[in-house]
Amino acid sequence: MSRLVKRGALAIGLAAAAVSPLLGAPNLGRPATPAEIAAWDIDVRPDFKGLPAGSGSVMQGQDIWEAQCESCHGTFGESNEWFTPLAGGTTAADQKTGHVKSLAGPDVPQRTTLMKLSTVSTLFDYIRRAMPWTAPKSLSDDEVYAVTAYVLYLNDVVDDAFVLDQDTIREVQGRLPNRNGMSRKHGLWLASGKPDTANKACMRNCGDEANVTSSLPDYARDAHGNLADQNRTFGPVRGVQTVAPAPATDAATASSPAASALLLAQDNGCTGCHGVDEQILGPSFREVAKRYEGKPESIGKLTRTILQGGSGNWGEMPMPAQDHLDDAQADALAQWILDGAQ
Amino acid sequence: MAESLKRRGAIVRAPENFLSGDQIAAVGAGRRDFLRQAMIAAAAVGAGAAMPARAAEASAGDPDILNLPPWSTTLGKPVASTPYGSPSKFETNLVRRESPGLTRVGASSVSFAPLQGLFGIITPSGLHFERHHQGWQDVDPARHRLMINGLVGTPKVYTMDDLMRLPSVSRIHFIECGANSGMEWGNVAVPTVQYTHGMLSCSEFTGVPLSVLLEDCGYERSDGHYVLAEGADGSSMTRTIPIDNALDDVIVAYGQNGEMLRPENGYPLRLVVPGVQGVSWVKWLRRIEIGDQPYGTKDESLHYVDLMPDGTHRQYSSIQEAKSVITTPSGGQQLVGQGYYTVTGLAWSGRGAIRRVDVSADGGRNWRRAKLETPVLSKALTRFNIDWEWDGAPAILQSRAIDDTGYVQPTMPQLRAVRGSKSIYHNNAIQSWAVAPSGEVSNVQVG
Repeated sequence: MSRLVKRGALAIGLAAAAVSPLLGAPNLGRPATPAEIAAWDIDVRPDFKGLPAGSGSVMQGQDIWEAQCESCHGTFGESNEWFTPLAGGTTAADQKTGHVKSLAGPDVPQRTTLMKLSTVSTLFDYIRRAMPWTAPKSLSDDEVYAVTAYVLYLNDVVDDAFVLDQDTIREVQGRLPNRNGMSRKHGLWLASGKPDTANKACMRNCGDEANVTSSLPDYARDAHGNLADQNRTFGPVRGVQTVAPAPATDAATASSPAASALLLAQDNGCTGCHGVDEQILGPSFREVAKRYEGKPESIGKLTRTILQGGSGNWGEMPMPAQDHLDDAQADALAQWILDGAQ
Repeated sequence: MAESLKRRGAIVRAPENFLSGDQIAAVGAGRRDFLRQAMIAAAAVGAGAAMPARAAEASAGDPDILNLPPWSTTLGKPVASTPYGSPSKFETNLVRRESPGLTRVGASSVSFAPLQGLFGIITPSGLHFERHHQGWQDVDPARHRLMINGLVGTPKVYTMDDLMRLPSVSRIHFIECGANSGMEWGNVAVPTVQYTHGMLSCSEFTGVPLSVLLEDCGYERSDGHYVLAEGADGSSMTRTIPIDNALDDVIVAYGQNGEMLRPENGYPLRLVVPGVQGVSWVKWLRRIEIGDQPYGTKDESLHYVDLMPDGTHRQYSSIQEAKSVITTPSGGQQLVGQGYYTVTGLAWSGRGAIRRVDVSADGGRNWRRAKLETPVLSKALTRFNIDWEWDGAPAILQSRAIDDTGYVQPTMPQLRAVRGSKSIYHNNAIQSWAVAPSGEVSNVQVG
C-alpha cells in the first residue's frame, strides 16, 4: 500500500469514527466457554428449561431445613420473624381450582409464599441461587430438590414420602394452589400498554369540597423519629418537633464501646434472634451473660460460637455461623454480651 | 516612600470617613483635640460586639453583619484537605433513612431518599435510595465479568475493560421502586415525603446501550423475545425484560453523575431500564440471557406482583406511570410564617416526558398550572415550581402530572376503584398535604 493510500484510509477512518458509533463489529469481549456458561447459567424457567438433573426427598429436605433454614423461616415455614411466612393459607379446594380463593375480596389475610406461587420452577430457582440467606449457592442440586420438596410438603402439596426430581416436578406444577392465579392482562408490562385509570384535567370547581378521609393518628406522630432533625434548620420550612429534645448525655452513650457493640449486633442481624432481655429464637444476651458469669475464660468459646454457629446449648434451635463477622467484631460482641449487654 | 504613601489616597484619607467637613477644617487648622475625640467615638461603634445583640440590632443592625464571623477573619482550609469532598457539617439532617417497622432485616430492606430537601432533578449519589435483596457488595471491577448467553450466535464474556471501550451514551433517567408509596394504598401510614415517595431518585447514567451488546453477540431475532438480567450478588437477582424494551433505551451502565456507580447502586455495572420499576435495573449485573419465554423469577412471581380485588395477581407489571409530588411544603414540615412561598415538586412518567403539572391548594377543586423547569426529559424527573401566598388559612396542597401520552395522574379513589387497596405496587395517586393554621403540614388522603 502506498503511503498516500494509507494516509487516505486513516483520514476516512477518523472521519467515520467521529460520526458513526460503530464501523462494524467492535471485536471486544471473547466467546464464553461451555464450562463458564454452566457455572453461571443457573436459571430455571417455568417450562423447566434449565432444570438440572437430581432428586431429593421430603425427609432429606427436613434434615437440611432444620440445620439451615428453620432459624429464619421457622419449623413449619410459618415464621413471620424475619421474612414473610412461606407456608399456609391454602386449602384442598384451592389445589383443585389452582386459584387461592382467600386472595379475593377486601379482607385478604397475610399472603404466604405458597398462596402466591404459580410456577414451581420459581421456588426451585430461588432456593438454588439465593439460599441459605448467609451462604447463597452453597446447596447441591440434590439438596435444592430436597428443600423444595420439603417446602411443598409444608403446604400439603406433596406427602411425606415424596421424592422430587426432573419428572415429578412436572406433576407438582399441576397441584400448586395458585397455579392459575397470575394475569398478564394489564397495561403495565410494556410502555405502549393501555392505562387502567382515566383522570381528567379539570381546572375550575372540580367535584365536591375535599373531604379528608385519612390522616396520621396522634400516637404515630413520633413513629419516624423527630422530624425536626430530618429537615434543614433554615429555608422556607422547618421540620416539625415530634420528639422532645434528647438529654445531653445521649451523645456520650452513643459513642461508647457498649453502644457500638449494640450497633454491631443490630447491623449483623443478631438482634433478630436475640433480644437484650428477651428470648426470641435464641436466648437473650443477658441469659447468656448469666450462664457464663464469673468465667472470663468463656469469651473464647462464645467468640467461636458466634463465628461458627452452634446447637444444643440452648435448646433445639441451631444458631447459624456468622462468618461474615471478622474475629475482632466477634470478640467485641462476645465481650459485650459477657459484660451484660449494657 | 512618603511620596508613594501619598499616592495611595485611600489610606491617608481614611479619617475623613468619620470627620465632618468642619472637623476636617479644624484638623487642618491644627485643632488636634477634635481628631482625638472623633477617634474615641468611632471606637465606641466598633465595640458593638460587646453589646447585647438586641441592643445592637436596635441601634445599628444585625450582629451577624456587624460582627464579622470567623470565616471572614481567618485563613480557610487548603485544597484537597478532603480529597473526596463531603457535604457541609450543617447538612446532616438530610440523609437516607429507613422506615421503622417496614422490614426486619437490614440486608433486605429499603432506605429512602430525603426528597423534602433536594433541589432540581439530580439525586446526589450518596442520597440515592437503596433497596437490596441480600445486602450490598463492593465488587472488584477487575474481577467483574458480564456474560451474554442464550439465543445468541456467540455467547460472550466482557470485562470492564471491554465494556468501557465500547460506544457509550449518557442519559438522565429516574428510577422508582415499584413499591414506592406502597404503604399508602389503604390509608395514610407515614409522615413525610421521604417515606411516601423516597424510593425515587434520578441520575445521569453512562454506559453501553444494551442493543450494542445484543448485536455484538448476534441475538436471534426470530425467537429472542425476552432478556433475563442477573446480578452477581448473593441474591443473584433476576428479572425478565421484553426484547423491544431492551433494544429501545436500556443501558448497561457503569457511570452515575460523572463518577462510577456507587457500590449501593451496583458498582461496577448495573442495568438502566428507563421508565421501568427499579427492581428491573439489576445491580452488580453479571449476566444477560436471551430467551423465547419470560422467566417467572422470584421477583416477578412472588414479589412485584399486584394483587387485584378479584384475587388474581398482575404479573410482569413494570411501567411506572405518570406521577408527581410536592416536596416543599410537604408532610412533617412547618411553614416559617404567612406570605409568599414557592411550592416546588417533582413529576415523572415511565411512558415519556412530562407535558404539564397542575397544583391545587384547595384539595383538588381548583387548579393552577405550574412552571416546568428545564430540562424536561423523557423518563426523567422534572422539577416544577409555582407561586403561593399563604394567608394562614387551612389548605390542602396537591400536584397532578400529565405526560406526553395525555395520561393524567389519577386520584387515590380512582386508583382504588380499579385496583382495590391490597396491591402494594404501582401507587401513582395524587398526594395531598394538609396545611394547618399553625403552619404545620401533614400527610392526608382526600375523598
